[in-house]
This record gives sequence, C-alpha cells and structure tokens, in this order.
Amino acid sequence: MSEPWEDEPEGPVRKFMYVNRRAPYGTIYALESLEVVLIAAAFEQDVSLVFMDDGVYQIKKGQNTDAIGVKNFSPTYRALEGYDVEKLYVERESLESRGMTTDDLVVPVQLVDKDQLAELMEEQEVILSF
Amino acid sequence: MKLSILVNEGPYQHQSADSAIQFTKAALARGHEIFRVFFYHDGVNNGTRFAVPPQDDRNITAQWTALAEEHNLDLVVCIAAAQRRGILDENEAKRQGKDGNNIAPGFRISGLGQLIEAGIQSDRLVIFGD
Amino acid sequence: MVMLHTVNKSPFERRTLDTALRHAVKGAGILLIEDGVYAAFDGTVVAEKVKAAMADHKIYVLGPDVAARGMSEQNVIDGVQVVDYGGFVDLVTEYDKVQSWL
Repeated sequence: MSEPWEDEPEGPVRKFMYVNRRAPYGTIYALESLEVVLIAAAFEQDVSLVFMDDGVYQIKKGQNTDAIGVKNFSPTYRALEGYDVEKLYVERESLESRGMTTDDLVVPVQLVDKDQLAELMEEQEVILSF
Repeated sequence: MKLSILVNEGPYQHQSADSAIQFTKAALARGHEIFRVFFYHDGVNNGTRFAVPPQDDRNITAQWTALAEEHNLDLVVCIAAAQRRGILDENEAKRQGKDGNNIAPGFRISGLGQLIEAGIQSDRLVIFGD
Repeated sequence: MVMLHTVNKSPFERRTLDTALRHAVKGAGILLIEDGVYAAFDGTVVAEKVKAAMADHKIYVLGPDVAARGMSEQNVIDGVQVVDYGGFVDLVTEYDKVQSWL
C-alpha cells in the first residue's frame, strides 16, 4: 500500500532512535511520533524506540478512550513487531518512579537504566525526540 | 556540511519557528547546505499563505518563502499532519474535494518519508519544537 | 566529540534540563536556547546544579535568547559560553550529533 510520496530513497543504513517522552491523549505528540515510526519502518534503517519520562504511559495496558472521543492507538504498538521494529527500550527509572513495572505494558520491552540509555543514545546517528 | 531541520510547532504560538529561521540563516551564512526543512505536528501551520500577522509583527511564512526563493530551500510540509490541520495544495484540495488551497509559495506537501530521507541523507538533523 | 544536547525549557517550570543532564555522557555539550537560557544565570536556585554539571560538560547559552529576555550576559555563570546563531551552527557541526530535548 504505497503512496507516490513515500518513495524509498537509496542510501546507507543509519541508526535511528525515536525517543518518546510524552503521555498520550493530552497532546498529539505520542500519536504523531508513532506515525513517524510506522513510516520509517519501510526505509529499513536500524531503528530503536525509547519510552522514557511520561512516554512510558504511551504503552500502559488497559487504555480505554471510549468516553473522551479520541481513538485508542495503544494497540498499534503491538503491531510494531510486524514492521520489524523490535528494539523497544524503556528507561527503568522512568517506569519505577511512576509506580509501574513491565507487567503494566502492552508490549515486551527491554529495560535499561539511565546510564545504559545514555550510552545507547551515543551510539545513534539520528535521534528524533518527541 | 549537509544539515536538515525539523520544525514541530506552529508559528507565533512558540518560538521554535523563529529559532529555526535564525538557525537556517546562520547555517547558510556559514556555507552549509540545508538539505531540507521538514514541518511536522503543528509546524505544518508555517506553510499557510492565509495567515495575516499584524503589520508591525514579522511574517514567519513570508520569511520562509523568501529564504526558499533566495537559497532554493526544500520546505516540506508533512501530508498527514497537514490534512489534519487543513493545509492543502492544489492537488490535495482536488483529491479531498475541498474548495480551495492555502499552501504558501516555496512550500510543498509530501510524506513522512521525506523526513526519514532527510535523516539518512544529512550529516545533522536539528529539531525545533515545544 | 560526542553529542550536543539542546534544552529549550525553563528549569523553573520543567525538568528538561535535568533529563538532558541525566542522559549526557561525559564530554557531551549542553546548549541552552529559548526559555532554556534561564538556567544560565548566577544567583538562582539552579545555578549550583549547572556549575556541578560543568565538571563533565561544556555548557553554552544562546546570546540572542538571553538578550531578548532582558537578561544580562554579565550574570551568566562563569564558564558558561555565550554563542550567537553562527556559534549554534558551529556547535551542531563540531559535535557528532544533536539531541533536541523538547
């Protein structure tokens, strides 16, 4: 299902990291950054996704948006694997400080502490923070 | 060096568009190439020619247009974000059955793939937003 | 050279500066722009934190954003380097990559 404006350019594989730091629904950043990741998957780059700060709330289980009139997009995170987006990291400190564990999340993730995350960030070539 | 810029906020509401313009001018003055300026989230509102700021205020869209004309800049408005917010070019207006378009001179509407391509092709991606 | 982190939020309202500092490896640069520049001045409750960070990081502040806000470059913490937009561009190219903490 490719549209004419989604031409895939030729080029080297680069290390892209998408850093999600915002809660869903309060603002549109979480939804539109997910849209970037879905499009980016077609480019076959080396993609990592990070959830930190309020970004961990994006993948909280049990979201029910029926009464706020907004689409619940949390199931889409479970589809990422099908797009070959498999490196999902959650910052341990962000999760724990919000009283959550990985059991609260809709997708399996790799927990990293802040120092590991800092090193991971340094390994990237392009960082998009939302 | 080859630089790309991502603008994530609308004009006037947040300083990010002004910062991006000043940065772009300085980068061009330093002899760097601006591969692309991509507008996402409310940043797509930089691309409407229908905004009429007060006469004693700067016209941010006109500043972008002037930069594009002078330096042959590639100003790309994200199509998905633009459709949500009512930014249309002639083709999109026709495709969506709308009675007019509002894209400013020097801007074009295209897909998120253009942002990923900018990340792949540029030496640096600098983001301005909230 | 490693990463340049840009911070554009006031440290009195948001925690973006703390987050950037927590995730900046030794040698990484921190550039304060827009409302982020309020972190750059002596005599505030965040000044000690910024001074402590200077042990591991070079810290820069965007002069045009300082002037716009009526703040004085004279009060910028010793060792914090004031740059103009050309200097901003130079930092972006001198460091290996940029992370904009929004």
